[in-house]
Amino acid sequence: MPNLAFEPLSETWRIVSNEFPFALWETLYATVLATAMSIVLGMPLGVLLVAGEEDGILPLPKWLMQVLNVVINILRSVPFIILMVLVIPLTRLIVGKAYGTMASVVPLVIAAFPFIARLVESSLREVDPNLIEMARSMGATPFQIITKVMLRESVPSLISNLTIAITTILGYTAMSGAVGGGGLGKLAITYGYNRYMNGVMAAAVILLVVLVQLFQMIGTKSAIRNDKRQR
Amino acid sequence: MIALEGLTKTFRTSDGAVEALKNVSLTVNDGDIYGIIGMSGAGKSTLVRCINLLERPTEGTVRIDGQDLCTLSEAELRKVRREVSMIFQSFNLLAQRTCLKNICFPLELIGVKKKDAEARARELLELVGLPDKADAYPAQLSGGQKQRIAIARALATDPKVLLCDEATSALDPKTTHDILSLLRDLHNKLGLTILLITHQMSVVEEICTRVAILDNGTVAEEGPVEAVFSAPKSDAAKRLVFPDGYEELPESDGPERRIRIVFRGVATANAPLIASMAKEEGILANILAASIKSISGKEYGSMVIEVADESELKRALAYLSDKPEIIAEEVRIHA
Repeated sequence: MPNLAFEPLSETWRIVSNEFPFALWETLYATVLATAMSIVLGMPLGVLLVAGEEDGILPLPKWLMQVLNVVINILRSVPFIILMVLVIPLTRLIVGKAYGTMASVVPLVIAAFPFIARLVESSLREVDPNLIEMARSMGATPFQIITKVMLRESVPSLISNLTIAITTILGYTAMSGAVGGGGLGKLAITYGYNRYMNGVMAAAVILLVVLVQLFQMIGTKSAIRNDKRQR
Repeated sequence: MIALEGLTKTFRTSDGAVEALKNVSLTVNDGDIYGIIGMSGAGKSTLVRCINLLERPTEGTVRIDGQDLCTLSEAELRKVRREVSMIFQSFNLLAQRTCLKNICFPLELIGVKKKDAEARARELLELVGLPDKADAYPAQLSGGQKQRIAIARALATDPKVLLCDEATSALDPKTTHDILSLLRDLHNKLGLTILLITHQMSVVEEICTRVAILDNGTVAEEGPVEAVFSAPKSDAAKRLVFPDGYEELPESDGPERRIRIVFRGVATANAPLIASMAKEEGILANILAASIKSISGKEYGSMVIEVADESELKRALAYLSDKPEIIAEEVRIHA
């Protein structure tokens, strides 16, 4: 039976004003850092998924492509909450401890980079193959085709897809509060779920909703602004 | 000079091997405007892609100025491709770049400084008649304008050869004519060798000096445009020259005294050609077949007429040949 009672408003306000600024910072910090690191790992992987195909511009051995695909699919299919626990040894190895905001970044990255690889893959597949042929006909190297044609031409789609990624990662940071990660998710769980302070929980959720809205708005706007296909 | 020898290309598909090209040999001399014409599926696109080795031929050699391209490394091939550039049916402009930046693209690939590349791009914009489109994006241009930008881009690296892959097939007749005029200008100004593939007779008639007819992966016929079109020998050639069916042309009892007249942009005011020939020369011609279209006040197309005897044939040929933008040739189809 859920507890639907709300703590006094003054109590809510005390916690919100004392703890939210730092929690917000932790959430943003974990989200942005995890997204950036996931892009660093996921973007090249996404490029390989397209370029490395048999008829791609940089064909890789078939077995390697199969291994890449299977590994990505496995990482994508493990529920995040379980992944967080599974990677604790790795987190310890990298960060030195298994709890806290910094520690939550490790499972976030491991969950998000295969996701980003898939998003990048789908963006790059939208690029007109005729453009790649054009670049080849002008003597472009595979690297030039990747950077100047495939990635450059799919910028609007990449922005849209990375917006999906950052909002998803934001959701994951909230979940990481359950196993010791910091941020708004942790506040919602410790005050709302554990101490029945539903006001604090609602405030944390509202703030998360606002953040998602904000990211999505900025992402959509800049995707449109960067798209020169329609005038 | 481009010399193709014994070119064969086989594609492996799930339905087995498909031979797109079978033992094709062709020579394109420097300064030619060479047309390769064929119906869709004849292997034209594969052939043009074998010339810059976008497709590697299964057998045969591709030589450009004596150099066998099939023996080159990828890096050496990239150098050759700067000399042999290409334009496409779908223009293939980079949608996220301005026109200026599109033209800079091939220069960027070889590391030309940004300032120099942009200066060169502006010259080329001038050359193709679109100096005010530097900062426009491709989406803001019409089809003809896009192809002009694509031509400017293809010329950025000072190529010797321009390959045109159905470059006018997505354009309306008027724009097609404008683009062909531009190509002819560039051929004259820059001494460019042009190899174009098309399924449109009118394109070959308008600008080509030589033509090869590609049919089902083989060269059915090859030679100077006038020779091939006035006396088509192969079935494929006859089908192209007389799309309504050369069999439909009535058989004549005696020797054929037929003339094929090609209209290469004759002002409509001068068009009552057959009537004026009757009036001025007293030659009464019988029109056997005609396919003429009018594009911005000019006539394009061809017509086959028949005259009564040998002397009329000679006089008619002389009369017609004097007219501007008209080519008249004797036709021997059933011979």
